[in-house]
Amino acid sequence: MSHHAFIYDAIRTPRGKGKKDGSLHEVKPTVLGAGLLKALQQRHDLNTANVDDVVMGCVTPIGEQGSDIAKSIVMYADWDESVPGVQLDRFCASGLEAVNIAAQKVASGWEDLVVAGGVEMMSRVPMGMNGGAWSNDPEISVHTGFAPQGIGADTIATLEGWTREDIDRFALQSQQRAAAAQAAGHFDRSVIPVIDRNGSVILGHDEFIKPNTTMEALGGLKPSFAKLGAMGFDDIVMKKYPHLAAINHVHTPGNSSGIVDGASAVLIGSEAAGKANNLTPRARILATAVTANDPTIMLTAPGPAAYKALAKAGLTVDDIDLWEINEAFASVALRFMKDMGINDAITNVNGGAIAMGHPLGATGGMVLGILLDELERRQLKRGLVALCVGGGQGIATIIERV
Amino acid sequence: MSNNLHGFHYQKDADDIVTVTMDLDGPVNAMNEQFRLAFRATIDKLCAETKLHGVIFASAKSTFFAGGDLKEMLQCQPGGEQSFFELVEGIKADMRRLEHLQAPVVAAINGSALGGGLELCLACNYRIASDKSSTLIGLPEVTLGLLPGGGGVVRSIHLLGLQTALPLLIEGKRMRPAQALETGFIDAVVDNDEALLRSAKTWIKANPEGWQQPWDRPKHRIPGGDVWHPGVQQILAGAPPMLFQKTRGLLPAPERILSVAADVVTVDFDTAQRIESRGFASLVSTKEAKNLITGGFFQMNKINSGASRPKDVPRRKVTKLGILGAGMMGQGIAYSAAKVGIQVVLKDVELAAAEKGKAYSAMLMDKQIARGRASESDKEALLAQIHATADMADLQGCDMIIEAVFEDLDLKHRILAEAEGYLAEGGTLASNTSTLPISLLAKASQHPERFIGIHFFSPVDKMPLIEIIRGEATQNEALAAAFDFTQQIRKTPVVVNDSLGFFTSRVFSTYLDEGARMVMEGLDAQLIDNLGRHIGMPVGPLTVQDEVSQQLAVRVADTHKAMGVFGSKADTSANADLCGRLVNEFGRRGRHHGGGFFDYTPQGKTLWPGMIEHFAQAGAELDQQDIKDRLLLRQVLESLRCLEEGVLSSVADGNVGSLLGIGAPTWTGGFIQMVNTYSYQGNTGAAALLMRCDELAAQFGERFNAPEILRKAAANGDSFQ
Repeated sequence: MSHHAFIYDAIRTPRGKGKKDGSLHEVKPTVLGAGLLKALQQRHDLNTANVDDVVMGCVTPIGEQGSDIAKSIVMYADWDESVPGVQLDRFCASGLEAVNIAAQKVASGWEDLVVAGGVEMMSRVPMGMNGGAWSNDPEISVHTGFAPQGIGADTIATLEGWTREDIDRFALQSQQRAAAAQAAGHFDRSVIPVIDRNGSVILGHDEFIKPNTTMEALGGLKPSFAKLGAMGFDDIVMKKYPHLAAINHVHTPGNSSGIVDGASAVLIGSEAAGKANNLTPRARILATAVTANDPTIMLTAPGPAAYKALAKAGLTVDDIDLWEINEAFASVALRFMKDMGINDAITNVNGGAIAMGHPLGATGGMVLGILLDELERRQLKRGLVALCVGGGQGIATIIERV
Repeated sequence: MSNNLHGFHYQKDADDIVTVTMDLDGPVNAMNEQFRLAFRATIDKLCAETKLHGVIFASAKSTFFAGGDLKEMLQCQPGGEQSFFELVEGIKADMRRLEHLQAPVVAAINGSALGGGLELCLACNYRIASDKSSTLIGLPEVTLGLLPGGGGVVRSIHLLGLQTALPLLIEGKRMRPAQALETGFIDAVVDNDEALLRSAKTWIKANPEGWQQPWDRPKHRIPGGDVWHPGVQQILAGAPPMLFQKTRGLLPAPERILSVAADVVTVDFDTAQRIESRGFASLVSTKEAKNLITGGFFQMNKINSGASRPKDVPRRKVTKLGILGAGMMGQGIAYSAAKVGIQVVLKDVELAAAEKGKAYSAMLMDKQIARGRASESDKEALLAQIHATADMADLQGCDMIIEAVFEDLDLKHRILAEAEGYLAEGGTLASNTSTLPISLLAKASQHPERFIGIHFFSPVDKMPLIEIIRGEATQNEALAAAFDFTQQIRKTPVVVNDSLGFFTSRVFSTYLDEGARMVMEGLDAQLIDNLGRHIGMPVGPLTVQDEVSQQLAVRVADTHKAMGVFGSKADTSANADLCGRLVNEFGRRGRHHGGGFFDYTPQGKTLWPGMIEHFAQAGAELDQQDIKDRLLLRQVLESLRCLEEGVLSSVADGNVGSLLGIGAPTWTGGFIQMVNTYSYQGNTGAAALLMRCDELAAQFGERFNAPEILRKAAANGDSFQ
């Protein structure tokens, strides 16, 4: 690597409930993203003309999130006209993919200072509105054995023998950890309140967390994917996993990631760019990786991606102090811990998307920021963040504090 | 004056309306070589008309148009796709020329218009059918492993919308004129053929501007929307899993139809037609199309039209049927017979048992009433046909008596001998046995020449097949009587010769046996059962055994052992042993006795843990393809042995019998037809199967040894026809 890629800041909006009664529903995605860019500018007294590019993940890039929303955000934030913007989509990995691409731009030496992150207003541009051949074109769907993610998550639990109770217990822990972390102010440093045009706060903190969650309440929720499974998707999955007698549909809205609105922004640059802009490096990005495995079960590649990144960094599992795995579904996190041979004492220590929500394209940048804040708080060295991704993909990023 | 254009009679009347009366060589009009010439010439002539006020397509046959030329399609081999693409593109180009004629075109549908026949109608501006109960209208190509390649997918969607058209295309539904009218495939129904041409001309005169097809109008929209409509997106996303549930990914035709349908709502009409042609061409050469056309269509028709019936015996009807035993089979037979108006005497030892058997018919009718498919008076009429009794003398005058009592030789002998005295002169005595030899049962009869096996399948009211078993002494009259009775109750008869297990039970027993064998080898029982479904069998082998009950398997094996015939035909020793262990060691006697290989709870079916504890072996593993091949090919080999031994007197009986009686996967076209298209390591047909069987025999035992009939076919390059 000719240059090191440093993280100078990692901020995010609070996550608002992704429905019409969510606090952020009134905010346009471009405005939401621009708020973070303005915050970055103010926090670092940044001369935005020095930013080479803004890379933003967005998984439903149509309508008001369409046509390269990254450039809309840059323009609306009144950043220097010279700053370009690009939107990308690698499903749920988009936010972290933006970070990784920014790191690669910097590490290659071809760019010096890049903002990466993502935006997703799921309350305004619903998930799936952009269609797609894989799920919606019968030719492609039939040929590839498409099944919705939730069926894959249930299949993972079935294969591993995890019961509804196992799954719910993980969800409960996520809620408890997130509530405790929020109450202790662990998120305060990096959550930037969303304000209206008058300067009044629309939302200042993650609103999706349910601190009073109980096992009983979780146990009372109906499985989300049993109906889809009975429609025939279970049969499609079971053709690939013929040992199974049935798919145990354990995932519910209570133990799956929440549908929320939110945005993230991470400032990544070279050492020289940091110095030139009076920025203090917080961490270095050691390695990134993407990979993929069975697209039908879809959600088991975070482990392989993590191992790939570790190998690239010349590290082993023991070299990582803290882990973040996006809680798309409880079984995904449980499976990742199993694959890595790690436990929950060092994984998702502040809870995750089950409690706080998963604003698709924005999540990667958010989780990275949470990991970095916690490494600093605990005075630890290295962390790894991974997400499961549509199409059986997995993504991972390793950071090291400096 | 009339011109004969290769079999199309072209006649222009004083109103400048041309009537094209289709009368191709042969019994029906079909989309064959002659049609292509006739159609091209007709379109050329129509295009050349200077004064044309309308066109009517009519038929000189009793049907309107039968569809594609299946024999021609059967000849298509891989590599021949391009020529079939060009062939349908040629027809479709002419259909477009017809649609672009600036004169209204009417299809006067005097009889069935199926497949290509309906496609021709859809290229007309208006469709009128005469109201006949024999007329069927639809696009049944999918049932032949094909898709409607003559514009049928494209036009039906542009006409009806995706939501309405897709199920019709994917199920290949055939409709009576009234239903076709309701669906929108046709525009009008008239009382009779005389009214057809008159109505057609009336419509033409009233609609001089009616020549433009909806899809050629400038502001045409597909009903229900195109691909950008959220509802259409939902249909397209939901269709693949629903289809998979039905086909398990084993049938390419419905998948291709679905894909083409998605393109129809995405691209313009003419591009969609081209995509449809490519899809059609890709299916014609598939083994599934060949199997479905050969076994599922030609041979099915052959059997249903009486190929296995003695020719020289006059047709007869049963007016009074006696049934001995009002159990599960007896009550089902009673219903099926009463339903077609046969007077039924349902006899059991106790009147209460006979009444209970009759109540089954009442229950079935109640279900139909609840679904609006029958009325209370239908129910009353049907029940009035069934006389439940405990008195043997009530059988007096029956022209057929079928025993359906417990599978016990002495019991059957006794009651058959007793019942025979009540038969009408020349009547037929029959047994519904599935396990006992007919020739042995016939010993109870004074007239073994009039004794025959009529093997029903359970549930009788749903299962379409009857296996007629000819004993050593059975004469043609009895065979014809059984055949005619089968058709009278609207079922399909296959005829086999007496041999242990006959055809269907013998072949099916190998499926169960091979499943049991793999359990004994320590393989995962759930996997074995699931893979049975993956090859296309309706139910896994272990699940079936649970339904049949382990107890019955043990009892049949004991009976056969006592008779000294156990294992004389198919080797079923593994299943007998496994079921014996389940029953004797573990008290697992079957689903209806509290559980078998599986436990049954209101939540569903789960593998009985004992299967893992007592049978699974650590490290036992087998390639899934081997498991699937073992389950499927044992049945195929047993079918071939039945053919070789003369249990089957025709390939068609074997294919139809296996499709309808055993649940042979649809894609096989029957267990014998499957051999013709079997491919393995670059070979196809008997030689390919032989190669695979030699491997399986070496690895898994001599039951996979190929019978001589297969070796001979492989050596000579013959197929089984």
